[in-house]
Amino acid sequence: MVAPLHPVPKLLDVSGVSKRFPGVQALEDVQLTLSRGEVLAVIGENGAGKSTLMKILAGVETPDRGEIRIDGQLVSIADTGTAKKLGIALIHQELNLADNLDVASNIFLGREPHQWGFVDRHRLYSEAHVFLEQVGLNCSPRLLLSELPLGCRQLVEIARALSAQARILIMDEPTSSLSQGETEQLYSVVNDLRNRGVGIVYISHRLREVKQLADRVVVLRDGRNAGMLVQEQIAQDAMVSLMVGRALVRQVRTSQSDGAPLLEVQDLRTTAHPQQGLSFQVRVGEIVGLAGLVGAGRTELLQVLFGIDQAVSGTVRLGGQVLHLQSPGDAIAAGLALVPEDRKLQGVILEMSVGRNATLASLHRDARCGFLNTEQEMTQASMMTQQLRVKTPSIDHLVQYLSGGNQQKVVLAKWLALKPRVLLLDEPTRGIDVGAKQEIYRLMEELASQGIGILFVSSELDEILRMSDRALVMHQGRLAGVLDREQLSEESIMQLATGTPHQMATSVLQELL
Amino acid sequence: MKKIFGILGLFLAVFVFTALRNPQFVSAYNLENLIRWISLFGIISIGVSFVIITGGIDLSIGSLIGLTGSLMAWLLTHRGWSVPATLVTVLLLSLSVGLAHGLLITRLRLQPFVVTLCGLLLYRGIARFITDDQSQGFGNSHEGLRAIAIGKIPVGSSFSIPVPFFILLLIAIVSAVVLNRTIWGRYLLALGRNETAARYSGINTDRIKIAAYMLCSLLAGVGGILFSLDLNSVQPSGLGEFYELYAIAAAVLGGCSLRGGEGTILGVIIGTAVMRVLYNAINILSIPTHLEFAIIGAVILAGVVTDELAKRYAANRRAVRERLGETPAPSSS
Repeated sequence: MVAPLHPVPKLLDVSGVSKRFPGVQALEDVQLTLSRGEVLAVIGENGAGKSTLMKILAGVETPDRGEIRIDGQLVSIADTGTAKKLGIALIHQELNLADNLDVASNIFLGREPHQWGFVDRHRLYSEAHVFLEQVGLNCSPRLLLSELPLGCRQLVEIARALSAQARILIMDEPTSSLSQGETEQLYSVVNDLRNRGVGIVYISHRLREVKQLADRVVVLRDGRNAGMLVQEQIAQDAMVSLMVGRALVRQVRTSQSDGAPLLEVQDLRTTAHPQQGLSFQVRVGEIVGLAGLVGAGRTELLQVLFGIDQAVSGTVRLGGQVLHLQSPGDAIAAGLALVPEDRKLQGVILEMSVGRNATLASLHRDARCGFLNTEQEMTQASMMTQQLRVKTPSIDHLVQYLSGGNQQKVVLAKWLALKPRVLLLDEPTRGIDVGAKQEIYRLMEELASQGIGILFVSSELDEILRMSDRALVMHQGRLAGVLDREQLSEESIMQLATGTPHQMATSVLQELL
Repeated sequence: MKKIFGILGLFLAVFVFTALRNPQFVSAYNLENLIRWISLFGIISIGVSFVIITGGIDLSIGSLIGLTGSLMAWLLTHRGWSVPATLVTVLLLSLSVGLAHGLLITRLRLQPFVVTLCGLLLYRGIARFITDDQSQGFGNSHEGLRAIAIGKIPVGSSFSIPVPFFILLLIAIVSAVVLNRTIWGRYLLALGRNETAARYSGINTDRIKIAAYMLCSLLAGVGGILFSLDLNSVQPSGLGEFYELYAIAAAVLGGCSLRGGEGTILGVIIGTAVMRVLYNAINILSIPTHLEFAIIGAVILAGVVTDELAKRYAANRRAVRERLGETPAPSSS
């Protein structure tokens, strides 16, 4: 090994970074380098550690171990202010702009040119103009931000980063809410910034745009480096196989559905994606997985099915009968139940007891003229909690003191008391330890064998593969494909979920079959 | 239950202190008056506690008391309406005020504070306009009706229980049964803790919130009738002024959390009693009445601070216990 005589230090050099959150190793020994004028794409499945890594760079989180060097200098990014001083700017999915201020004030928020404590409005607007030009946005700096289209706001945020002399720009899914035209404009801004020597870390789920923009791709999987691709190697198949390529012990579900349709959804349109009609079925005793990337419209679909949001159009049938879903009450009366995504906000009432949570949905059935049937309530609560093996000292224990897995079982107990015909689950094992996960899987299988139809959303491919009789894959609000058990593989799901052209998906499938 | 002991302790402390300083405090006359006023304020405090349990607030009840109280007197004496027609009208008016609050808060998603603040201004103005801002009273008429506010039922030779006490008792029992023994009460407590989870459990949260506001306004209307009958001569501009704050303070003192989901009827009544006893003590101990608000404010603040500190202490002890329970004790070897 001969060191070069004048080693040019990298703009950004991350080495050996690890971060642990309670119950999960988010990052383990991650390496990453970025040069001046380079666009580095960071890709990976949901939960691969991309966001944590970016948060560490932006000073939102601090790493447990590891070194970060900028221009060869060891730095410690303790908070967001330090990150800014070091020239790191994070352009977040949810924009951090003030709607009620004008464009120039947003660009200089917190760094307004001033004199004697007053904002120097003349300099504010003239300097804002320069940065707006740099990002190719020709609007007045006096325009209220709320009057600007969403895509342009992203450019304002980039202008803000430039005005703060950012040399490292981290862009987290910048195109997720942009139209085609706005996306093109963003690409040209990215190219322009690259030519001017700014280093860009670009996070995206859209492999096509990664291919188009990136000079290099770093793939993360389960919080570790899974591989790196340089320009000529960047191809969708290569990226997908690095993203998912782990050896899996597949436990295949053995139960068979009798095939009678139970839940039939026809041309259902949600307010989130009104242009896409969704049609599918869930059969008696069938477990259907709903795969896709975050923001693909899966939660919105479940919320419409459960009457929380109203559909724009379309019909939902249960056992042949058309349902009118105006409220969760309607859905429950029809025989639907939802285990929601955000357990603590939507699933349980933390400061109520296990027993009261478990009987909340069935109270009205057991009540006599509106009076609580306390005895029946107690019996039922203890029966359900025993049946689901909820670990709790007593049914009077507050739910907030239970573990995530046991809280989830309480949510299930609430519904199972009503004997639903279709169970909807949204990320049923998120934030749950491995043991409880297996119990929830077992429970899902048991319920399916009793003839309950199950539709579950999951961002974990393992879970979709392990549990589904069939999987629906959504991409940007559209039902990108339906995969039968024989067609189910990590590759086939990822191809559909990332919006890879259809031919390629088919060819990959044929290869696999 | 523990919460009630705290407030009960405060009540007894103020009571005993005042009684020792001035025996006049425990005279039959003073106690009867005290009980009557505790009962009147207790009724409106129970009403507002239902709204507070939903996580909301009702600032309009004082003005609604002013409106219903003066409207009733005006209808009976100036318009010559019959007693049943007047009472039905006033109570229906109260219910529709509550319905309007509930609809604005649930359907239009307006904030309870804003809606009822506007109510506070609106109903006071209407009361003064209808009555031409003239004081209203019954004079010597309607003695029978006034008995429900000023009547007494003798027990023993020297002591009588004021009739409003029995009205409070009835309302309190019904309220406690509704809150603790019906699904409606359970839903109310659930939605006060976590409205989203309650909705996701199929509970029609909007309907229950509307009902809570209607109940609150109805009890304010009942309060308005009783206050008016009790005072005999009422000012449309003054009747019920600040009562919303007394009621809210009593509810909070009695264990209701403004975050919602928490509260007991018994606690609210004891909270009301503390407020009235304090008020009475200031008068009877010849403390300058200018200090009245300051003293009431200080005692309530001391009460809630003590309560919060006690809660934290309990939470800490629980956390320590659980941690000790999880990890095995270190072995001595």
